[in-house]
Amino acid sequence: MTLCIAKVGRSTFFRSLLLLMALLSGCQPQPGEHAVQPPTRTLTEPMSGSRFQSAETQALQTDEFANPGLLWVDKGRSLWEEEPRDEVASCQSCHGNLADMRGVASRYPVYDAELDRLLNLTQRVARCRQVHQRQAPLPYEAEPLLALTAALTHESRGLPFEPNIGGAARPLFDAGEAYFFQRRGQMNLACHHCHEVNAGRMLRGDLLSQGHGTGYPAYRLQWQTLGSLHRRLRFCNQGIRAEPFDYGAAAYVNLELYLAWRAAQLPLEAPAVRR
Amino acid sequence: MASARIALPAAARSGEVIEIKTLITHPMETGYRRDVLGRAIPRNILTQFECRFDGATVFKAELRTGIAANPYLTFSARVEAGTVPGKGTFEFIWLGQHDFVHRESRSIDILP
Repeated sequence: MTLCIAKVGRSTFFRSLLLLMALLSGCQPQPGEHAVQPPTRTLTEPMSGSRFQSAETQALQTDEFANPGLLWVDKGRSLWEEEPRDEVASCQSCHGNLADMRGVASRYPVYDAELDRLLNLTQRVARCRQVHQRQAPLPYEAEPLLALTAALTHESRGLPFEPNIGGAARPLFDAGEAYFFQRRGQMNLACHHCHEVNAGRMLRGDLLSQGHGTGYPAYRLQWQTLGSLHRRLRFCNQGIRAEPFDYGAAAYVNLELYLAWRAAQLPLEAPAVRR
Repeated sequence: MASARIALPAAARSGEVIEIKTLITHPMETGYRRDVLGRAIPRNILTQFECRFDGATVFKAELRTGIAANPYLTFSARVEAGTVPGKGTFEFIWLGQHDFVHRESRSIDILP
């Protein structure tokens, strides 16, 4: 729709004519909108990270009992219903049953106008705890935040990410995309080099995945615990000998939005089990 | 606070052998690892797991440092006619260092 106004000539006559044509073709230019091109997909066939795991690891993930990530989902479910303190409303008393939150996790990260930045699901939960439940702030990877994120994400299992990358979120999305293609660290590698150019090939002992975040928070066998996507991103940065950003850093949340869009129709599968 | 998952059938015939699965959150820190500053991370493990059926021990395990975090134990038990007709109770007890105790119990219907 934006292309229509981009091509408007100087003459008022042509301008009105083109505007009329735009309206007739169901294309309504909005004031202040620039000619924003839709992003380009570089990945033709997205594949879930599970496909790059051993048969045993995949079996552990799909086991409805033994998947260790479900311990955090259980914990998150009880935290959802619990009053954090006396006379402080539980998550459930405002938002209803956890089951009604299906489709919420798949929309994150979202643009927050008040803060003028993106918030991912963990940051939204943390903010809700602080602002509405008046709780002391917790570190990004604190157990209650991980558990609530896991439980909420688990509710959207099987749904694809449906992030909003338009409007005010678009420049942040573009920053995330730029991060993905930016070489960094002593190894001088971008996300793109491992997870697109060389995905499916071995990097020493490891099989390179396509780098989708659809399984996070995930139980990594190497960590022996559940961890956030930001923990994984920090691990990636360390692997290429780049300085990792802090947990919850804007650079990572922007990247998270790009990754959510890049995962296309892949279903959410948190809590996944990874090496 | 630890949280546990337990799976067992809701009902079983008297004399039947059933499968019980248990999973619990615990770091199972071996005591052999060091942190980023080179300081030893003290050992913190579960030392014992016990399953009782109506008070009698049916399964017991000693856990050591070689067990991974969040131990997953699966075992079989024969369901006998309980003290209360038609009902039986499994009790699960995890013991660990630093006075760690976690208890769970699950009832099962016993069919004749």
